[in-house]
Amino acid sequence: MINTLLSGDRPNSRMLALLLIAIGLCLAFAPFLFPGTKPLDTAARICIFIVLVASYDLLLGYTGIVSFAHTMFFGIGAYGVALALGSLGASFLAILVGVLAGTALSCALALAIGLFSLRVKAIFFAMVTLAVASAFAVLVSQLSSITGGEDGLTYRIPRELTPAFRLTDLRIFDVRIDGRLLAYYLIFFSALVLFLVMLRIVNSPFGTTLKAVRDNAFRAEAIGYRVVRYRTTATVLSAAMASLAGALLAIWIRYTGPATTLSMEIMIDILLMVVIGGMGTMYGAVIGASLFILAQTYLQSLMASAETATRGLPLLPDLVAPERWLLWLGTLFILSVYFFPDGIVGRLRNRG
Amino acid sequence: MSETAIRPRLVGPTAMERLGKAAPLLLAPVLALAGLAAIGNPSVWLTLTVAGLAMGLMIFIMASGLTVIFGLMDVINFGHGAFVSVGAFVGFTVLAWLSGWTQNPAVVLNLAAVFLAILASMAVTGALGLAFERVIVKPVYGHHLKQILVTMGGLIVAQQLIHVIWGPDAIHVARPPSLQGSFIVGEAAIEKYRMLAVAIGLVLFLAMRHVLRATKLGLLVRAGVENGEMVEALGYRINRLFLLVFMAGSALAGLGGIMWGLYQETITAHMGSEIMVLVFVVVIIGGLGSIEGCFIGALLVGLLANYMAFLAPKVALVSTIALMVAILMWRPQGLYPVVKAK
Amino acid sequence: MADALLTLEGVHTHIGPYHILHEVSFAVPRGGVTMLLGRNGAGKSTTLRTIMGLWKASRGTITFDGRPIQALATPDIARAGIAYVPENMGIFADLTVAENMRLAATGGPFDARRLAWIKELFPPIGTFWDKAAGTLSGGQKQMLSVARAIIEPRRLILIDEPSKGLAPAIIGAMTAALKQLKDTDTTILLVEQNFAMASALGDTVAVMDDGRIVHAGAMAELAADASLQEKLMGLSLEVHQ
Repeated sequence: MINTLLSGDRPNSRMLALLLIAIGLCLAFAPFLFPGTKPLDTAARICIFIVLVASYDLLLGYTGIVSFAHTMFFGIGAYGVALALGSLGASFLAILVGVLAGTALSCALALAIGLFSLRVKAIFFAMVTLAVASAFAVLVSQLSSITGGEDGLTYRIPRELTPAFRLTDLRIFDVRIDGRLLAYYLIFFSALVLFLVMLRIVNSPFGTTLKAVRDNAFRAEAIGYRVVRYRTTATVLSAAMASLAGALLAIWIRYTGPATTLSMEIMIDILLMVVIGGMGTMYGAVIGASLFILAQTYLQSLMASAETATRGLPLLPDLVAPERWLLWLGTLFILSVYFFPDGIVGRLRNRG
Repeated sequence: MSETAIRPRLVGPTAMERLGKAAPLLLAPVLALAGLAAIGNPSVWLTLTVAGLAMGLMIFIMASGLTVIFGLMDVINFGHGAFVSVGAFVGFTVLAWLSGWTQNPAVVLNLAAVFLAILASMAVTGALGLAFERVIVKPVYGHHLKQILVTMGGLIVAQQLIHVIWGPDAIHVARPPSLQGSFIVGEAAIEKYRMLAVAIGLVLFLAMRHVLRATKLGLLVRAGVENGEMVEALGYRINRLFLLVFMAGSALAGLGGIMWGLYQETITAHMGSEIMVLVFVVVIIGGLGSIEGCFIGALLVGLLANYMAFLAPKVALVSTIALMVAILMWRPQGLYPVVKAK
Repeated sequence: MADALLTLEGVHTHIGPYHILHEVSFAVPRGGVTMLLGRNGAGKSTTLRTIMGLWKASRGTITFDGRPIQALATPDIARAGIAYVPENMGIFADLTVAENMRLAATGGPFDARRLAWIKELFPPIGTFWDKAAGTLSGGQKQMLSVARAIIEPRRLILIDEPSKGLAPAIIGAMTAALKQLKDTDTTILLVEQNFAMASALGDTVAVMDDGRIVHAGAMAELAADASLQEKLMGLSLEVHQ
């Protein structure tokens, strides 16, 4: 049963399995284990980013191509839901319309970019996606009459998903069963399903071919695989998944703007999560996203106290200031590309 | 009909070939004329054209190093933008030290200060290029995926270090008094600084062409772009050549950075990675590894961006992407694809 | 083999996961032409590339003039006095003929007498001196590639299949030119599939198959011994045709 759910892709390391189970349980029971707004928000973000990072790994790890347009697809998904909720009113139908429209647009764009730039050289793809994504972000902030510009969009979501809604007056473990809880579980189960679908994709014959193409495109071509077609399909799938993750984010935070979806900072975060978690394994996305977001949320306050403690010393307070945490992550990132290209998951698996 | 059927058979191939080679050269003038037609007002057009050329040449300065680095060693440096930012900040610091010269109205002192700032920027970014190549790029030769990731990591770290050294806020950079204001040509106002940028850019392009065509070093670079292995088999150390080119390319990025900073009059740690979008567009349009293509691509992007900023400001950046797409549809490898002997 | 200029002893070469050369040993005597024969994929080109340091030998020693060179980098091997004419000719298409020659002359300006001799050996070099090398015909490119290797005196020249893809008339001219070169006491290691060219030029011969040396000896001996030829050259596709 579990084997079927995981598509036969077992963690293959006791440590990794324990870690995954722990993360899974924590996320599944987050509202009860860690009551409060901030922990619940962190848990929901972890769920969403697991999907987003896994969908990126589909490209980077399994297909061996680097895209800088992943946040664009993420953003399209989020804006799709945001615009639909804004114009059609706070209904589940609006969410559905938004999700479908956003995903369709993402797929079309990904198809176009893929056909265009994957034909020539994989390296073109990285540059073209970077250019296209930046242009898209600028366009979104310019077209403020539709998108709200830099300020973004705030909108109402269906009442059933808001804290004001009570499913029952009963309390479970002293936790109120309100709309916010329902929204969390909507996010959690959607993310779980999407993740398992991706796990299925990478363990299907299609996924195996992708890896063959990644390892030796020349040979795969010689054997008769249409390399461009496989890469483009992976690009489209990954874009669709990113859009769905974006839609989840839009529902959860009830706000969509360039800073939360389209910015280069988020793209870099995704890169860091994939590489540190482990490229080419879906479980890397789980580990990477969980650790990164926990660190982002809680480590920064630790750095703040380090800054206070080192105040008076030259340069050091600047280096450990919470705003500088990307400095350390960037260094960690470079080191992990050199020394642990398989990330945490690869490390754990190698230990047996 | 019979006449035209015969003629192409006799001279057709060479004439077509020649046209094919020359066609990219015509693009910039054609675009300028199209701009004139769309804008209508000649003096507005002149102002925008000079602005476009200035912007294009500054982008060329930043992009040229990147494209040669790729051509020579098949290395793509996503951290190239870091040198642009660092160049701008170092230049700013030097200009601040020389405030006695920059606030003086004398043209000579102003230009001397800018010149020293440029020298300092290039020296620092060149040295940084040396470290970057040895520490970050060298371990991942021949591995595109890791190159992209690692150089991106280098960019993040460099940007953060700029924050540590110069603080997190955007900094205003004032142009020296003699570089402020405009010349008036007829009814067109042409900013003095833009003319300086055009002059520096053109001189650099010509110098670069001269080095590549007439010096042994330049021949080696061109030969290395085509077939690095053979250059080694003739007895030249291509790694050293590459390091030199990497440093030169980084220094040029630094030069582009200080010039861009003075152009925008504001510098931020992220300015480099922002301008890299246009740099990549230019490099792709020109054909990876081609200096000439890079030059033409830069002019096209500079002109188009300025015309569009006037005609339809909201889609200015998107128009350069559209240009890239159009060029790639015409020539999938860019204007001047570099043929690799393999 | 006391008089060997180049000696390979037990050389193995791996390319990625593939083990291409196995235990390759042979010697190139000073001042003559050594032929390296064998069918496609026998490992001849890999052997030349390994000598040149373009692939690294994973085991064994390569001795050039008494000095081990297997650990040296390609430019150092070239500077030790070995010139290389690769199978794909390795000319720089974007550069003119003159510029190609200029890069090959690592010592500085051309030796006028030597350049005149080369232009006599290969007239197209003079004719197309200022033309882009990419516009030359296949045979002319091959001439340029050889001319580059001899613009300065080198102690050993490695030439990989100069007859490949050339018209018979040009092969004749190339053979004549190489013969003249041989008369200048230059040592040449020549990979060939064309047996006529090989027997016209070769002094000694090594035959490869499947990444191994299967025969080594005098060329005259091989040319005279029809049964040995049959046994060894039966491997060569060229003779079957």
